[in-house]
Amino acid sequence: MSDWLQHLPILPILMPMLTGTLLLLSSDSRHAPRIALSLLAVLFQLAVALALLAQADGQLTSAWPTSIGVYALGGWAAPFGIVLVVDRLAAAMLLLTAILGLAALVYSIARWEKAGVHYLPLFQFLLMGLNGTFLTGDLFNLFVFFEVMLAASYGLALHGSGGPRVRAGLHYVAVNLLASLFFLIAAALIYGVTGTLNLAELPQRVAALNIGDRQLFDVAAAILGVVFLVKAGAWPLNFWLPAAYGNTVPPVGAIFAILTKVGVYALLRIGVLLQESGVAPAPFGGTWLFYCGLITMAIGTLGVLAAQKLDRLAAFLVVVSSGTLLTAFGFTGTLLTGPAIYYLISSVLGSGAFFMLVEMAERNRQQGADLLAISFEAFGMEKRHDSEHPDEMVGVAIPAAMAFLGLSFVSCVLLLTGLPPFSGFVGKFALLGASLASLPHAPLLHVGLFIAGLLLSGLAGLIALSRLGIRVFWDMQRQSPHLQWLEAGPVAALLVVCLWLALLPEAAMAYCAAASQSLYDIGAYIDSVVPQPLPPEIPQ
Amino acid sequence: MEAIFALAVGIMAGAGIYLILRPRTFQVIIGLSLLAYAVNLFIFAMGRLRHGAPPVIDPRLGSDPALYTDPLPQALVLTAIVIGFATTALFLVVLLASRGLNGTDHVDGREPEDE
Repeated sequence: MSDWLQHLPILPILMPMLTGTLLLLSSDSRHAPRIALSLLAVLFQLAVALALLAQADGQLTSAWPTSIGVYALGGWAAPFGIVLVVDRLAAAMLLLTAILGLAALVYSIARWEKAGVHYLPLFQFLLMGLNGTFLTGDLFNLFVFFEVMLAASYGLALHGSGGPRVRAGLHYVAVNLLASLFFLIAAALIYGVTGTLNLAELPQRVAALNIGDRQLFDVAAAILGVVFLVKAGAWPLNFWLPAAYGNTVPPVGAIFAILTKVGVYALLRIGVLLQESGVAPAPFGGTWLFYCGLITMAIGTLGVLAAQKLDRLAAFLVVVSSGTLLTAFGFTGTLLTGPAIYYLISSVLGSGAFFMLVEMAERNRQQGADLLAISFEAFGMEKRHDSEHPDEMVGVAIPAAMAFLGLSFVSCVLLLTGLPPFSGFVGKFALLGASLASLPHAPLLHVGLFIAGLLLSGLAGLIALSRLGIRVFWDMQRQSPHLQWLEAGPVAALLVVCLWLALLPEAAMAYCAAASQSLYDIGAYIDSVVPQPLPPEIPQ
Repeated sequence: MEAIFALAVGIMAGAGIYLILRPRTFQVIIGLSLLAYAVNLFIFAMGRLRHGAPPVIDPRLGSDPALYTDPLPQALVLTAIVIGFATTALFLVVLLASRGLNGTDHVDGREPEDE
């Protein structure tokens, strides 16, 4: 049993890889077995993620000596071999990926999977890349898994084809290829200066550098920070994001909701490692990140207000949540990290559900109806149906599909803008509370700006969403859309998860706080990965 | 050797950046390729430039690390080349699709209006 448990950390990478390969080899005509295989693989990942979470949290007896699991690929110890590291934060991200992946996959079975070729294998490879990024304890493997994830995401972003999608996809691919090249430069420079790519070994090596090499390392870290900010969608590196995310097919948009959080995760992981050992250069942490996040939040809020279509609005909401997270992580002190992790989970689930909901709500609507409505509104040319036919609309029964869509939409709005009773409220409330609690240490200006940003972005989201919601749902001229259980189910399930997170917040909050605590306890991380003391650095 | 190497990296990176900023998709992809070459050479140089030193242990030379060059950047470069090659090929497909669907090879999918 313990032998088997020992190999658990590799399964979230191995499983989607094997499944994806099998799916590539099987022919498209064998529809049912392919879908069954994909679903089984994602369910299996969900189970593995749960098991890893329980182990990291100490609920389940693990084969690991500490609460941090280290898996040496190839059996070589850490400074020489490559390792996977599971701690509470990584396990939580794995679980989040599996839940969102399952929902998006079930949703896409209904129709979107058939909109192009190789959807199912690409989906598995995307999950593999995501899981790998969260697990890796090595800078170069971080690059490799980033690439696996991005290569799959290029394919998925273009799924369904069409002019606007390809145009947005072209920008997305070009920007991310450039960012990957910068990642390589940074990784190579860090290796050239410190002689290691292992994240746990890095802080000690950096501390031993002389002043000239230290400057080179700072340059490399700056480049690395820029790369992560591109992935996280931070201003001014996020102009590609709204078009690329808004133009994807809905289930892909849903799973893309977690892609920006990968950048945030990498920034947090490496930033904390360097910061806590006192060797962090500017782009990781501090006021710099705080203001960067704040501007991102502001730009995202403006975009939310300006968006004329729901899918574009959803993309800007992703920018807002990225900005909120970056601001929280750049905040003075470590109090905000736990609530921020909770907010991350809630906002990823919420935006995932919203991306899928948007497409269902937009069905049967005329192309450009939103645009027309806005110009009508602006020029005061709104038509008055009710005055022409006063009796006609009285007593029309609401069809079940519309009732479901309306309810889900209202839930999503509450969730994404941070109003009760959903988890968005708990997350934002905890963030506000933590920022006030850190007041004596943090500058008053920062606390004020953070609270204002958080509340204003929520208010703007509420205004924009209710304005567009009225236009979409109270549209008299359309028929009720046809929904399948496969499509409605995942959205409802994601919302129920968020509701559960909000109604029973103690367990989730305690877990997030513990995750943040073990994240900042870098001594334990370093000791688990590189157990024996290192020999002193040989000057080059 | 260092000067020639640095010049090669610098010229390729410069040309690559210039081409990436050009408006045609084909120029962008050539720019990305040139930049990828520059980056690959850069990674290679991060293992320190040595002449005539093997990266793997040779029984005739013995096991003194000073006799060998650092093998890790060479392994990294191999990975980077493979990944770069694959993503460039993928970008080429997107480029062709964009040309076919939008009828122009401008990066924005349409010709600029004022010219």
